[in-house]
Amino acid sequence: MKVIIIDYGAGNIKSIQFAFKRLGVDAVLSNDLNEIRTADKIIFPGVGAASAAMNMLEESGLDKIIPTLKQPVLGICLGMQLMCNSSEEGNTRGLGIFNVAVKRFSNALKVPQMGWNTISSLKSDLFKGIKENEFMYLVHSFYAEKCMEGIASTDYGIEYAAALQKNNFYGVQFHPEKSGIIGSRILQNFLNL
Amino acid sequence: MLTKRIIPCLDIKNGRTVKGVNFVNLIDAGDPVILAKQYAELGADELVFLDISATLEGRKTMLEMVLKVAEQVNIPFTVGGGISTIADVTALLNCGADKVSINSSAIKRPELINELSGKFGSQCVVVAIDAKRIDGQWMVHLAGGTIPTELNLFEWAKEVEKRGAGEILFTSMNNDGTKAGFANEALAKLSSTLNIPIIASGGAGTVQHFIDTFTIGKSDAALAASVFHFGEIAIMDLKTQLRENKIPIRL
Repeated sequence: MKVIIIDYGAGNIKSIQFAFKRLGVDAVLSNDLNEIRTADKIIFPGVGAASAAMNMLEESGLDKIIPTLKQPVLGICLGMQLMCNSSEEGNTRGLGIFNVAVKRFSNALKVPQMGWNTISSLKSDLFKGIKENEFMYLVHSFYAEKCMEGIASTDYGIEYAAALQKNNFYGVQFHPEKSGIIGSRILQNFLNL
Repeated sequence: MLTKRIIPCLDIKNGRTVKGVNFVNLIDAGDPVILAKQYAELGADELVFLDISATLEGRKTMLEMVLKVAEQVNIPFTVGGGISTIADVTALLNCGADKVSINSSAIKRPELINELSGKFGSQCVVVAIDAKRIDGQWMVHLAGGTIPTELNLFEWAKEVEKRGAGEILFTSMNNDGTKAGFANEALAKLSSTLNIPIIASGGAGTVQHFIDTFTIGKSDAALAASVFHFGEIAIMDLKTQLRENKIPIRL
């Protein structure tokens, strides 16, 4: 199986690569459009600021390619947020795969949300065999609102979409690569899709 | 609900853990990778590695260690000690560290916080603050708490937040090593005046101290070293008791 991690200069890619290695899979970093198009599974990572990441996607032409992909794509953290319509972070336009807006947490809370929180209302094969209310590691200041495409939710002052799915596109706000055994089961589920 | 975090801290010199570590069933208690893996399995929520190597060679060894930890450990970890440039941080993040912790270098050049959070995002910038209460005033100290500065803890913490830190690791030097509890009054003040998470450090001795720092001290996370390394407090027992005391905890 050919697993590609999209390399566009954003984020902590090493941890994702190692998480797949622990599952016995060599995930390859690539920004080659052809290689991405022909992969079996694609990881779309991202850490940092939305507008800078979106600029990098536009410069490389990846913003046009990603929405046309047919194989399973998993956006992680900022990767998931960029797959939405827009983000309040720097008023950034997103890839528009998920029909939802990304907003900033209220200042009544500590921002970023940093640590382990539960996921519930699990709905997709991505969560096959995963019980309700397992803990996932999250670090983020912006969130996708609850919506039709939501396949998991988390509560941090407000209930929001912790994961999204539309056809072959999946997105998770949490870091499965840093979420212990349950996190790696979710990555395995993605490989099994 | 977001849970409170329990964070063991490992001091590293030339790629090996220092201070004694007294774990049962460990083949090599000086190997930080084995220890880190064990802590992750025992229920630690995060790990902190503090590099106390003074040499360039030691720093290189640290990068190799970070790479190995990232390869084997499936929970987040922070690396601190001797970080003063964007290049230092790039190297650590490229090896798989999730966050970096800066201390003296931020006091000497506060713009470093802006630069790091701008380039890598606030989520990976932890600012560690060592402070000591002198004549009723909490004063920030440099170089592992040995050199006093003119900075007031609460003013410095506010500035650190404004410059883009994602988290503050506050060590009270009055409490550190005493095993008499965390500096909960100062922690509560930090937590209620700032809008970023606060990690309590210094003073852990009993389970009650952890309960107190999460309730009275309003801390978001608690860091400790020797009570965990010497098996005085088992992480799972601690977490079970915290939950019995209605503190949100990952079990």
